[in-house]
Amino acid sequence: MSATAESKNLIEGKTGPWEVVIGLEVHAQVLSKSKLFSGASTVFGAEPNTHVSLVDAAMPGMLPVINGFCVEQAVRTGLGLRAQINLRSVFDRKNYFYPDLPQGYQISQYTQPVVGKGELIIDLPGGESRTVGITRLHLEQDAGKSIHDLDPRLTFVDLNRSGTALMEIVSEPDMRSAEEAAAYVKKLRSILRYLGTCDGNMDEGSMRADVNVSVRKPGSPFGTRCEIKNVNSIRFVQQAVDYEARRQIDVLEEGGTIQQQTRLFDAGRGETRAMRTKEEAHDYRYFPDPDLLPLELDPEWVARIKASLPELPDEKKARFMTEYGLGAYDAGVLVAEQASADYFEAVAKGRDGKIAANWVMGELFAALNKAGVGIEKSPVSADALGGMLDLLKDGTISGRIAKDVFAAMVETGKPAKTIVEEKGLKQITDTGAIEAAADRVIAANSKQVEQYKGGNANLIGWFVGQVMKATGGKANPAAVNEILRKKLSG
Amino acid sequence: MSALTDLTLAGARDGLKAKTFSAAELTEAHVEAVEAARSLNAYITETPELARKQAAESDARIAKGAARPLEGIPLAIKDLFCTDGVKTTAASKILGNFVPPYESTVTAQLRAAGAVSVGKTNLDEFAMGSSNATSAFGAVVNPWKRRGDNRPLVPGGSSGGSAAAVAARTALGATGTDTGGSIRQPAAFCGIVGMKPTYGRCSRWGIVAFASSLDQAGPFARTVRDASILMTHMAGFDPKDSTSVDMPVPDFEAALTGDVRGLRIGIPKEYRIDGMPAEIETLWEQGIAWLKDAGAVPVPISLPHTKYALPCYYIVAPAEASSNLARYDGIRYGLRVPGEAVDDLYQNTRAAGFGTEVRRRVMIGTYVLSAGYYDAYYLKAQKVRTLISRDFEEAYKTVDAILTPTAPSAAFALGEKSDDPITMYLNDVFTVSVNLAGLPGLSLPAGLSADGLPLGLQVIGRPFDEETVFRVAGVLESQAKFTAKPDGAA
Repeated sequence: MSATAESKNLIEGKTGPWEVVIGLEVHAQVLSKSKLFSGASTVFGAEPNTHVSLVDAAMPGMLPVINGFCVEQAVRTGLGLRAQINLRSVFDRKNYFYPDLPQGYQISQYTQPVVGKGELIIDLPGGESRTVGITRLHLEQDAGKSIHDLDPRLTFVDLNRSGTALMEIVSEPDMRSAEEAAAYVKKLRSILRYLGTCDGNMDEGSMRADVNVSVRKPGSPFGTRCEIKNVNSIRFVQQAVDYEARRQIDVLEEGGTIQQQTRLFDAGRGETRAMRTKEEAHDYRYFPDPDLLPLELDPEWVARIKASLPELPDEKKARFMTEYGLGAYDAGVLVAEQASADYFEAVAKGRDGKIAANWVMGELFAALNKAGVGIEKSPVSADALGGMLDLLKDGTISGRIAKDVFAAMVETGKPAKTIVEEKGLKQITDTGAIEAAADRVIAANSKQVEQYKGGNANLIGWFVGQVMKATGGKANPAAVNEILRKKLSG
Repeated sequence: MSALTDLTLAGARDGLKAKTFSAAELTEAHVEAVEAARSLNAYITETPELARKQAAESDARIAKGAARPLEGIPLAIKDLFCTDGVKTTAASKILGNFVPPYESTVTAQLRAAGAVSVGKTNLDEFAMGSSNATSAFGAVVNPWKRRGDNRPLVPGGSSGGSAAAVAARTALGATGTDTGGSIRQPAAFCGIVGMKPTYGRCSRWGIVAFASSLDQAGPFARTVRDASILMTHMAGFDPKDSTSVDMPVPDFEAALTGDVRGLRIGIPKEYRIDGMPAEIETLWEQGIAWLKDAGAVPVPISLPHTKYALPCYYIVAPAEASSNLARYDGIRYGLRVPGEAVDDLYQNTRAAGFGTEVRRRVMIGTYVLSAGYYDAYYLKAQKVRTLISRDFEEAYKTVDAILTPTAPSAAFALGEKSDDPITMYLNDVFTVSVNLAGLPGLSLPAGLSADGLPLGLQVIGRPFDEETVFRVAGVLESQAKFTAKPDGAA
């Protein structure tokens, strides 16, 4: 644990600097066709109460049967977080009454989770990295959904989500700023998506975070924490931490004390509000679920899952840095999403990695952003972008023209070669044509020629510009430069 | 017709095969007997039409030579087994009008073997009781009466309706469930045979749960052979119950070889409890003598933790029940008593829906699982449970089966013990250990008390060794020659 605060993360208060301490519990819906203990479907967005088995509705005499694939997904996630896999774990009942909890208890894992300690490396702006400890990962059932706004008096219950498998991934209180908390969620989501164990769609609720926040004077023991429940976007995580840290600092600086509390984040107002205090907390009466045997995993099965893990963001990032000569920041951005990493690699294969990275992160990302589409739906395929880079490399087009060609590719979907031919954008490497243009420019600008000859060497750029303009940008800038220098010094 | 209802199940099977009578005739005789015995209140729901339809199917199959093992055999079903399209109440107001759209695995297997269902039998509410007095549908009356005493007696519980139904010749056999003695004790009180198999032998799927780690289904019948036949068709692995065991089911009837020569029969000294009636002690001695005569070897054994079994049971069972019964909340099915807020709805529904004994056990269970009490009660009880199992494991190193009385008394009068729950709980003193250790146990009628009431002996076996239990019971049965019948029999 990093007990020493980095000064840039400290929050200035009236009584001096404060350090915020953050731990996260992320609920990630397991990517699986069926629920944790029943065969019902997990498809999002279906008509209410259409994906509900007798088990999910907790009909009398119904029994849970573990879905082996969900366990495999949890183990895969644990391995992806470099965590200890517990070969024996236990499902417990967490008892409480709520209308969208049909059994009157949630089947969860309490003292013996399937995954133990692990770690996650977060990538910070500027290319820095930090390691955040993972405390545990356990499997549990999701509840259904209570809908309060369909009727002024009644609450409706949709059990489609009831029984869906969740992984609760608990971090150590290792984060020290809202940015780090956001980076943690981002990185975790990235790893889950690489692993294919959670789709990470926070707006559909497949990933939600409970954010534990406390503040302290640097070097002091941990302060009392408040837990902000169910924060459902990375931006909100950041806002919630910022607001909550400031609130706690204000309370403490006014001479008050922090009460251990569960709070909610009101995204509309950007603030957190108290839900219940420790005294009002439920007594969940956890005990081992007698309907389920302890979960025992075969070490060979775990080894097979481990062998099948894809290359994960951290390894990919390291490889991009060594194999393509990218900087940490660029490599980090490219590997955040598997699709961008794949796209980049397809472009970079057999080409200059840095140039490929610049184009992907520059022109391509800008175009995607503008169009509001993901890289999976890019109007320019990796092959097409590669083809354009080839034209750039062999001198068919200049860097400047390349930007226009790329814009046309985005617009028309045509390959670079076709656009270059159709628009006659082929670079002029014919020295005769360039020389003619240079002669015309020199003849028409005698004043500048004199200045240049008088020692203003910087004017060469201006001359190049004029020649480029005269050739419609198609002249090879290097050739133009060389020819002009020769002529002007003659 | 009384001749048909007085047949054994095996005898009826032979008669149907030989076409001495039809399934329709056999069923009609039992349907009439059910009606004639209504004063016993053994049934909550009679299903004569269903029975007639099933019997007609059986006759068609018999005619085609396609008879199944239990073809045309009229059975009674404890109203804790969910039956597709037939009201299933668990003898509780909270499920008073519940009609499941599914069939429990055990009853589905019996049906698939050709059995006919004459009705759903009364029980203690949610199987919680030892006298069948806690049913929301009224107490069941034991068909037996004390000599010269017309006061109604209890049939035992919780499967009191099933035991009374079979004793009163309204069905050739019945299903029961046994959590702490709920098959064996009523079998003893009603002078019939009742078997609780090894935990995991029968699927619990579709049986309204009381205490999941203890509940097991089992048969009632009037002979050991009949019980063995039913057991064969009730048992079996079910992928829908994670605690059912994937083991082949032997033909238990074939285990009745009549040969117990050389078998070592354990006689536990701890079962000689203070205040046990002398006639029960005498019957036990008689049982030992019968087995000795048949060539078995009685061996004194010690089960030192026996005295902790009852308190242990009355922690574990209510703990699980308090959680299992949480689903009866008035939200999705069963009774709903509205209230202002959702908590009021819960309180109103559960207060109106559950009887006194169920409420008592839910409260005990909630208490023993509560923060601060869990370790002292629930955890301690689990440790004691392990010790009780170990007692049996030790004993089975030297013996093949164990012989004990089934209950510390014969049937008592309605209301005789109901004012003190602890006295009532003592009924289970000889039976609960078997549930805690998950062992098979069988009660058979072995003699009469001084005032003419049946008394049972219990045979306990090794895990999954029901065959030895049946074999020993078969020998005891042939020695005991129990032929007495209740006056109340149709």
